[in-house]
Amino acid sequence: MIRLGVVGLGKMGLSHLSMIRAHPEVSVEAVVDSAGYILGVLSKYTGLKTFTDFEKMLDSVELDAVLIATPTRFHAAMVRTALERGLHVFCEKPLTLTAAESAELSGIAAVRGLVTQVGYHNRFVGTFREAKRLLEADAIGRITHVQAESYGPVVLKAKGTTWRSKRTEGGGCLYDYAAHPLDLATWFVGDALGVGGTILGSVFSENTEDEVYSTIYFADGVSGQLSVNWSDESYRKMTTRVSVFGTQGKIIADRQEIQVYLRSTAPELDGYAPGWTIKSTTELTDEVWFYLRGEEYSAQLDHFVQRIHDPAVAPTNDFASAAITDRIIELLTVDAAAGASTTAPSSVPATTSAPAPRRRNLLGRRS
Amino acid sequence: MSTTTPRTSDSGGPLTTPETAKLDRVLFGDNQFFGINHRSEEKAREQAMRFQDLDAIMAVIDDAYASGIRTLMCTTHDRIADVVERVRAEPERYDGFSFFPCMPYAHKYADAVTESGILGALNRFMPDEGMLNAMMRGGRSLAKKDIEGIITLLVDAEMAGFAGVRTPVVWLQNVVVDLLLGLGFTDAFAIFANHVRSRYNAEPGFITMNLPMLLDHLDSAGIDNPLVCSNINKIGFRMSGGVEAYQAALAERPFRAVAMSVFASGAIPPREALEWIYAQPGIESIVFGASSRSHIESTVALVREFER
Repeated sequence: MIRLGVVGLGKMGLSHLSMIRAHPEVSVEAVVDSAGYILGVLSKYTGLKTFTDFEKMLDSVELDAVLIATPTRFHAAMVRTALERGLHVFCEKPLTLTAAESAELSGIAAVRGLVTQVGYHNRFVGTFREAKRLLEADAIGRITHVQAESYGPVVLKAKGTTWRSKRTEGGGCLYDYAAHPLDLATWFVGDALGVGGTILGSVFSENTEDEVYSTIYFADGVSGQLSVNWSDESYRKMTTRVSVFGTQGKIIADRQEIQVYLRSTAPELDGYAPGWTIKSTTELTDEVWFYLRGEEYSAQLDHFVQRIHDPAVAPTNDFASAAITDRIIELLTVDAAAGASTTAPSSVPATTSAPAPRRRNLLGRRS
Repeated sequence: MSTTTPRTSDSGGPLTTPETAKLDRVLFGDNQFFGINHRSEEKAREQAMRFQDLDAIMAVIDDAYASGIRTLMCTTHDRIADVVERVRAEPERYDGFSFFPCMPYAHKYADAVTESGILGALNRFMPDEGMLNAMMRGGRSLAKKDIEGIITLLVDAEMAGFAGVRTPVVWLQNVVVDLLLGLGFTDAFAIFANHVRSRYNAEPGFITMNLPMLLDHLDSAGIDNPLVCSNINKIGFRMSGGVEAYQAALAERPFRAVAMSVFASGAIPPREALEWIYAQPGIESIVFGASSRSHIESTVALVREFER
């Protein structure tokens, strides 16, 4: 039985608590939150041991692991404390607010041999896993481009009152929404070499962005486009889609289905024929022990549990992989802050009808 | 307002059950009206476009009525209020028609929590905005009667839109049921059940993705022979605990089963899906959604065939 403490009982924390408490191999020993009313309700009705102070909880209860779902600005210090006490850590995304801290925490965990995981649940969605499997089998040949998108109806007016509406605390569309498609893109095609043309635009918010658009440069000449907007009311809920273009076909995946187009020259693959093949989440999803809001949320917690039981299980979403996503988030922030870099009409002589040759200058633009 | 009259059934009369204590054999679902499709985002968007027109929704409901269906099992989505209004306005046209509200519409709350926090969201949906603030002032913790008060006020807020139409069953949505189930907050089930019975003279129902586990907890909450709706389908899609555990529950446990997702969002051909459903013991009713008359009629025809 894994003895676990759950820290932070907001939207994510409560749902994690519900799922992990139902896990047959986990015993939730304590919960921590700053809001007394939630703790009061939980201790009265569910018998959970509650604390308002993280360190006090660590001093009072014997644990093997913690699950941290506090606002992002608290992650770094709490994760460090937990790792230094030898605890395995599951932390909500993004891991921290700076790439340096994420990389450092990843290093500490590695040295101590602790299991770490970050809540990028999309990597446990059946359709995205299938996309990953196909890409590893080189199903669509050499990859040239990846398009990563998320849209949803979170901020539809100017005033927000929680930390999620302040970028300084880890709120905003970049940390909250864009992190997901970005994380999938890096899972599919690897770490980014650089970013350009980043726009962190406000639609309604006063203290953070509601839109994220950027060009991302990956290794081997693979380009990427990130397009994210959490102020889009036409979506019923968050919708994430990743399209990958290759020399032998393309893959379009969202949570419900994966659409694969293979050219007749593509390598043969079981279950896929040339032309379109469409597979649905119903056939790609494994059953989970407890379902709350999507199999992937349950599956990622189970993965954490199984990795604690068996260190040989290959990690998905460990701190090292989350640190890559955090680093790109930081690049996007820096790129957007530097302002627009455009090729204006004045730079092209009016007499020339053909476009002026433009020197390719990927990463040194502002250095 | 639509001016066509619903066609009368020529295929065997209403699918209501003579014993009034039992549910109709077929309940009509509403996912298709609100862009919810578990298999395809594109299909979901097409449906959202088509059904933004209330007349388009009513035309499908009229087709269902003509096929003998008398119950709409619906979320407490804002737009359902318009459907209720139409039905309320023409009691003769919709003779014998019932709504089974399923509450709450969870995304409304989830987005509000992202924007305003848990307390802020609760506040927004509470009928009396000051009440929660008053309770929270000074950080005093919530007493048992406060929790009961909050749950019952939220139920009342969701039920306000159904005044004047029949609501013999009121469901608690699976996201809430399963959240409470995982947390072990079993008392909330009893609070909900008691309130639905006493205030609305209705049968409380529980929707879940974790049927075997929920039955244990409803037992311990003292809710006898509960009405429970869950995915029940041949391929085990979203049946946490496994098909065998569900079959054992159906065979052995005292509860009233409503099967949803019987076609597993289209993954199982209709005849095969229903043949399997009607081979299981103890399923009182099935709920399905459809957007075309032919789909409704063929499903109802299959139900009548297998029930014979």
